[in-house]
Amino acid sequence: MAHRNDTPQRMDPVSTLLALTVTGLVTGCIYALTASGLVVTYTTSGIFNFAHGAVGMLAAFGYWQLLEKGMPTLPAFLLTVLVLAPLLGIVIERVLIRRLGNATLEVTLTVTMGLLLLLLAIANTVWDATTPRVLQPFFVGKQVTVATVVLTYHQLLIIAAAITVPLALWAFLRMTRTGIAMRAVVDDRELAALAGASPTRIGQLGWGIGSSLAAVAGILLAAQVELNATTLTLLVINGYAAAVVGRLTSLPLTITGGLVLGVLQSLALGYVTISWLNQVQVIIPMLILFVALLIAPPTRLRVGQLAPLVAPRVPSSRRSLGSTGAFLVLAAGIVAIIPSGQLGNVTHGAAVAIILLSLVPMVGYGGMVSLCQLTFAGIGAVAMAKVGGGPLGLVAAVLAPAAVGALLALPTLRLRGLYLSLATLAFGYAMDNAFFQNASVMTNNLGLPVPRPLGLDNDRGYLLFVVAVFAACAFGVLAMRRSTLGRRLVALGDSPAGCATLGMGIHVTKLVVFALSAGLAGLGGALLGGQQSVVGQSDFALLLSLTLLLMAVVWGVRTISGVFIAALAFELIPQLNGHLGPVGDSVLSLLVGLGAVGLGRSQNGIVGAVLSSPGLRRLPSLPHPRSHSDDVSREEVLTGAQG
Amino acid sequence: MLKVEEVSVRFGGVQAVAGMSLEAPPGRVTGLIGPNGAGKTTLFNVITGLQKPNTGRVLLGDRDLTKASTAKRARAGVGRTFQRLEVFGSLTVYDNVLLAAELAHVKNPSAAAHQLLERVGLGGFAAQQAGVLPTGMARLLELARALAGNPSVLLLDEPGSGLTEAECKALGDLLLSLTADGTAVLLVEHDMELVMRVCQHVYVLDFGQLLAEGSPAEVSANPAVQIAYLGAEEVSA
Repeated sequence: MAHRNDTPQRMDPVSTLLALTVTGLVTGCIYALTASGLVVTYTTSGIFNFAHGAVGMLAAFGYWQLLEKGMPTLPAFLLTVLVLAPLLGIVIERVLIRRLGNATLEVTLTVTMGLLLLLLAIANTVWDATTPRVLQPFFVGKQVTVATVVLTYHQLLIIAAAITVPLALWAFLRMTRTGIAMRAVVDDRELAALAGASPTRIGQLGWGIGSSLAAVAGILLAAQVELNATTLTLLVINGYAAAVVGRLTSLPLTITGGLVLGVLQSLALGYVTISWLNQVQVIIPMLILFVALLIAPPTRLRVGQLAPLVAPRVPSSRRSLGSTGAFLVLAAGIVAIIPSGQLGNVTHGAAVAIILLSLVPMVGYGGMVSLCQLTFAGIGAVAMAKVGGGPLGLVAAVLAPAAVGALLALPTLRLRGLYLSLATLAFGYAMDNAFFQNASVMTNNLGLPVPRPLGLDNDRGYLLFVVAVFAACAFGVLAMRRSTLGRRLVALGDSPAGCATLGMGIHVTKLVVFALSAGLAGLGGALLGGQQSVVGQSDFALLLSLTLLLMAVVWGVRTISGVFIAALAFELIPQLNGHLGPVGDSVLSLLVGLGAVGLGRSQNGIVGAVLSSPGLRRLPSLPHPRSHSDDVSREEVLTGAQG
Repeated sequence: MLKVEEVSVRFGGVQAVAGMSLEAPPGRVTGLIGPNGAGKTTLFNVITGLQKPNTGRVLLGDRDLTKASTAKRARAGVGRTFQRLEVFGSLTVYDNVLLAAELAHVKNPSAAAHQLLERVGLGGFAAQQAGVLPTGMARLLELARALAGNPSVLLLDEPGSGLTEAECKALGDLLLSLTADGTAVLLVEHDMELVMRVCQHVYVLDFGQLLAEGSPAEVSANPAVQIAYLGAEEVSA
C-alpha cells in the first residue's frame, strides 16, 4: 500500500526499523478498526458483510462532500460517523439483512457482495472516478517527533481511535443493559428473545455500530492513502484477515491481527526489494488470512441448520440429450445469421458462459462459494498461451487450472462455508497481484497473446466451436449431477452432518469438484483468450470474478439455463452503456448489485424461480400430523407414560 | 453392543450430560427418555461423534470409537436420525436413500432404495423432492436413509414426531422387526405409548444425569421420574 507519508529515506537501520514499525502500527490500527466493525455485524446478525469496506468508502466520500460544502471538520466528522453511517447500516439491516434469516451462504454472500457493487457504482456515479480528490488529514501540518520517528497528529488520532473504540465497545457490551442484551442475542438468539431482548433491534444496532466503525476507518484511511472508491473498498478487504484472526468473534484477537498485519506490510514495503516479490505487501494480508483459516480449529459439524429449499428439477439423461441437440441446432442457425460485427461479443459471451458453468457444480450443487473462478480461467488462458493452440494447448488449459484447483482444495479440505469462501478470495486476490500482474507471466503491459485452439481462425467457425464446447460441457455437468458424485455433492451442500452420519468421506468429493470446476473455468478462460487474441491482468480481476458470480447467482447458479442467461446478460448490459450517459459505466454494477440484493426473495435465482415446478409443492400431506416434539410438555409426556 | 461409559459434556457453565452410562444390546429397543433439555440429543451427538465429550468413552463391541470421526463411526455400523431434520433437501426422496445405499456399498443400491422406501411407507413419494416433505414423512425418509447403511446400532431421535397414530403404530412394528434382525435400536421419543410398546429397557435422563432405568413399567412407576416430569406438588396432589 503506497502511503502518502512514506518511509523516511537515508536513516540509520534502527531508526528505519522503528519508523517502519510505527507506520505499520498506524495502518494496523485502521485494519483493527475496520475488522472490529466486521466482527460486530457478524456476531449480531451471523452475516459476513462483504460491503463493509464499501460502507466505509461511501462514508469517506460523504464526509468529503460535507467539507466541500463548507462544513467545519469536527461537525462533518461527527455527522458522518454518528448519524449518516449508522443510518445507512440500519437501512441495510432493515431492507436486506433481516430477510436473510434462513438463506443459504451463497445467497448471504451474494447479497452483501451485491451491496458492495451497488455502493461502488453509486459512488462512481455521484463522484466521477476520473477526478482526483484529496481528503486532508486531520490537523494538517502538525506533528511530533518521538525518538527519531515523526508522527503526524492524524496518525496519533488513528492510534487514539484504535485504543478508545475497542475499549468503548468492550465497556458497552459489558456494562450497559443494551450491550448485555446484544451479547445474549449473539449467544442464543431464541433464548434471548424469550428473555425479553429484541433480536431485531439488536441486529439493527449491531449494523449501526458496524457501519459507524466502517466510517471511522474509511475516513482515516482515505486521508492516509487516496479518496478513490475502488481503492478504499478493496483496501478494507485487508480487514477481513484481521477479523479471521479473531475468528470473527474475538475483538482482542482481531485487533492484534490488524496490528500484526499492518506492521508486516510496512516492513515488507521497506525491506523487500526483490523485483518478483514487489507485490508482497499486497499479498501479506491474504497470506495471513489464508494461514489464519488453515490453523484455526475445525468448525464442528452443526445440526439443525437446514434452510427450506426447493431446488430446480434435474433433467433426465434422455431429456438433456434432446435439449443439447436442440440447443446446438438452434445455435447453429443463429450463428449463421449473426452480423459479422457482433461475432466477437457473442463469442465472448459463450466463453463467459463456460466459465459460469464451472460455478454450477461448485456453488449451485455443492454450496461451496468460490470467489476466484476467474483466477482459474486466467490460468487456463495462460496455459494455452504458453503451450500453444493445438490439442495439447486445450488439454493444458484444462489440466493446469484443475491441478491448481486441487492444490487449493488440499489445504482447504477442512474448511466449510464462509471460511472456505474467504480462502478462495485470499487465493484469488493473491494471484491477482502476484501472478497476473507479474511481467514474466503476462509478458508485458501489452498483455499475453493467446492463440485460438485448433487453428480456428474463422470467426463464425470459432463461435460455433465455443458454443458446441459449452453444450458438451453442460451435458457433462448434468450427467455428473445425476451420478453418485452429483448426489454426494448435493448432499454435502445440503447437510454435511447428514453426510457424515452416513459414513461419507467428504475429502475426495471436494477435491474432485474443485479440480473439475477449475478445469472447466480454465477451458472457458482459454477460449475467451482465443477470442480476444490477447489477455491482460484486468481480464481476471477479483472484482470481475465477484461480478460474474453475482450474475450467476442472480439468474440461477443451480441451472444450466440460469448461467447461460447470466452470461448473455453480462455481455448485453454493457451494450447499453452508450445510451445512458454518465450512468452508463456503472450500469452493469448497478443492475448486478440490485439483482443480488433482491435475492433474499428468490434464492434459486430468476431462472430457478421460473423452473421450480408448482407440482413440487403440492404434496399429498399426511392426515392430521401431530405436533412437533419441541412443543411437547412434561405433562403430556407423563400422561402418555401413565396411559 | 453399544456401550456409553461415564460420558460428560459441558457447554460453558451448563452441564449437559453428567457421567452418563448406558448399553444398547443387539436385538433390543432401548429407550432414552427425559424432559426437553435433559441431554438426550447431546448424548446422541456424542455417540455419533458430532459432539466431543469432556470425559467418557463410546464403545461398539470391543472397538473404542471415542476418538473416531462421525463418518468412521457410521462405517463401523452406527446409524442415526435427527430431531431437527437433516434430509438432503435438494435431492429426491429416492436419491436420498440411493446415496446412503451407495455409500454402504450395497450390492444393488437402486433396488435396496426402492425396497426401503416401501418398507417405511414412502414408496409413492420416491420422485418428490425431500426438501418439501412434511415433517413426519421427512422423519420416515431419514429412517429409510439410516437403514440403507445396514447399521448394527440405530439411533432414532424422536422418529414418531409428526406421524399420525396409524403411522406411529407402523413405525413401532418396523422397529420391532428390526430388533428381530439383531439390530440394536436406541430410541429417544416423547410418545410414551410408542416407548411402552417397543422398548424392553428404558433410561431416564434429567438435567444430564441418569434418573432411573428399568423396564417401561418400572420407570413410569418410579416416583423420582414422576417428580422430574410434573414437579413434587402435582405428584403429591
